[in-house]
Amino acid sequence: MEILIFSILAIVAVVCSIMVICQKNPVASALFLIATMVSLAMLFLLLNAPFLAVIQIIVYAGAIMVLFLFVIMLLNLRRDEFGPEKRRAQRFFGILFVFLLLIGMVTVIEVGIFGSKSTETVSEATAPAGVEPLAQLLFTKYLFPFELASVLLLVAIVGAVVMAKRRL
Amino acid sequence: MLAFVIITFVKIAVVLVVFLLLIAYLTWLERKLLGHFQVRLGPMRVGPHGLLQPIADGVKLLFKEDIVPANVHKFIHNLAPLLTFIPALIIVAVIPFGSGIKILGYEINMVISNFNMGILYILAVSSLGVYGLVLAGWSSNNKYSLLGGLRSSAQMISYEVSLGFSLIGVLMMAGSLSLVNIVNAQDKFFNWFIFRQPLGFILYLICAIAELNRAPFDLPEAENELVAGYMTEYSSMKFAMFFLGEYGNMINISALATTLFLGGWHGPFLPPVVWFLLKMVIFLFFYIWIRATLPRFRYDQLMNFGWKVLIPLALLNIFITAVIMIL
Repeated sequence: MEILIFSILAIVAVVCSIMVICQKNPVASALFLIATMVSLAMLFLLLNAPFLAVIQIIVYAGAIMVLFLFVIMLLNLRRDEFGPEKRRAQRFFGILFVFLLLIGMVTVIEVGIFGSKSTETVSEATAPAGVEPLAQLLFTKYLFPFELASVLLLVAIVGAVVMAKRRL
Repeated sequence: MLAFVIITFVKIAVVLVVFLLLIAYLTWLERKLLGHFQVRLGPMRVGPHGLLQPIADGVKLLFKEDIVPANVHKFIHNLAPLLTFIPALIIVAVIPFGSGIKILGYEINMVISNFNMGILYILAVSSLGVYGLVLAGWSSNNKYSLLGGLRSSAQMISYEVSLGFSLIGVLMMAGSLSLVNIVNAQDKFFNWFIFRQPLGFILYLICAIAELNRAPFDLPEAENELVAGYMTEYSSMKFAMFFLGEYGNMINISALATTLFLGGWHGPFLPPVVWFLLKMVIFLFFYIWIRATLPRFRYDQLMNFGWKVLIPLALLNIFITAVIMIL
C-alpha cells in the first residue's frame, strides 16, 4: 500500500517538475511547480513527518508560489519576450549549475542505495508527535543557524524597503 | 480496521451532506437577514418564508447556459472554480463538532480526523484557496477580472499573516495544535479563550472577514469599480462554485472561531453538536450583520490597516500572552 502511494506521488512529482521547464506559458509552469510542491508535501506525510508536510504547503505552495504568480501576472509577459536566450555567460553558468545539481543528486542516490551514516531518521528529526521536540532542537542545538536565517530575512526586508522607497 | 474504515466513511458522508445543506441555507439566511435589515421581507415566494429558495436557485444555476468568452485559457478557466471550492470542502475534516459517543461498542469521535496539527492543516489548506481567485482573474482575459484577482491575492496574503498571528496566543495557552485538545482546554465557561484572549479574538474576527473577501473588505468584487471582480466572466455552475466556496469558507471560519474561542461543543443541557451549531450560527449572523452595516474600505486604507495596525497588534498580543504565561 505504502509503495503504491509512494510510486504515484513520485511519478506525479517527477512529471510535474519536467513539465515546469517544458511549458511555454509562465503561468502554466508556475502551476506545475505548485503541483510538484504539493506532491512533495504528500511524500513528507508518507515519511511520517506531518509538520514538515504542512509547513511545505504553507510556505512554498501557499506563500512563495502565490507571489510568483502575482509577479508573472503583473509583468504580463508576451510570447516573444522569452524566446531562446543567446547570452553566453548565461549558458556557461547554466551548465555549471546543472553539474553541481548532478553531483548533489548522485550523493542522494548513493545514500539511498547504501544507507545513510546519520542515525537520525526523518520522523525523529521532524517529531511526528508534536512540535515541541523540533522547537527544542531549534532553540538549543541549532540556535546559531536559526538566528542566522532570521538575520538573513531581516536583511532581505530592509533591502526591499530601501529599493521601494528610493524615489521618495 | 474494517470498522474504522466504515465509520470514517459514514462520518465523511454525514458531514459533507450537512455542510452542503448549511451552505445552501446560509444563502437563504443571508438574503432573509439582509432583507430584514433593509426593512423588506427577502425571499417569500418559494415555499413558506422562501424556505425552498436555495433549491430553486440551485436548479436555475444548473440549467443556465455556460458561457465561455473567446481567448480564455480553457483548462485554467475550468480549474479555478474547483480550486476555490475544494479547499473549503476539505477543511471540515479536522473540525471537531462534538465529544465522543459510544454506539454498539464502538467509540466514535465527533471529528473526521483528529490530526495533531489541525490548525496548521487549516492554515495550509486555506492558503491554497487563493489560487482559485488569482487564476480565475488571470484566465478570464478581462481587465476587470485580472484587477480583481490581483487585489484579492494581495489582500489575502496580507491578512493571512495577521490571521495566523492572532491564533498563536490561543495555541500558547492551550499548549497544543490539535483542535480537540484546544476544545478540551476550554471545558469551563471562564476558561473560554474569548475571555483569556480578547485581543486575539477581535483580531481573528477582523482578519477572517478580510480572508473571506466579504464586506467591508470586499474590494476584489467591488461592483462599482470592478463589475464582479474575478468572477465577471463566469456563468452557470462555475459561477455558483465560487459562491459555494465563499459560503463554505464562511462556515469554516465560524466553526474555527467557535472551536478556538467559544469553547467548541461545551455547554449545558443541550447535546454538544447542537451547542456547536448554535455558536457557529452566532458568528454567521454577525458576519451578515456586518455586511449590512459597514461601508467598504478604500484599497490603500485596507493595506495600511492590515500591515500597520493589525500585524503590530497581533505581535503585541503574542508578547503580552508570553509575559503573562511566564509570570
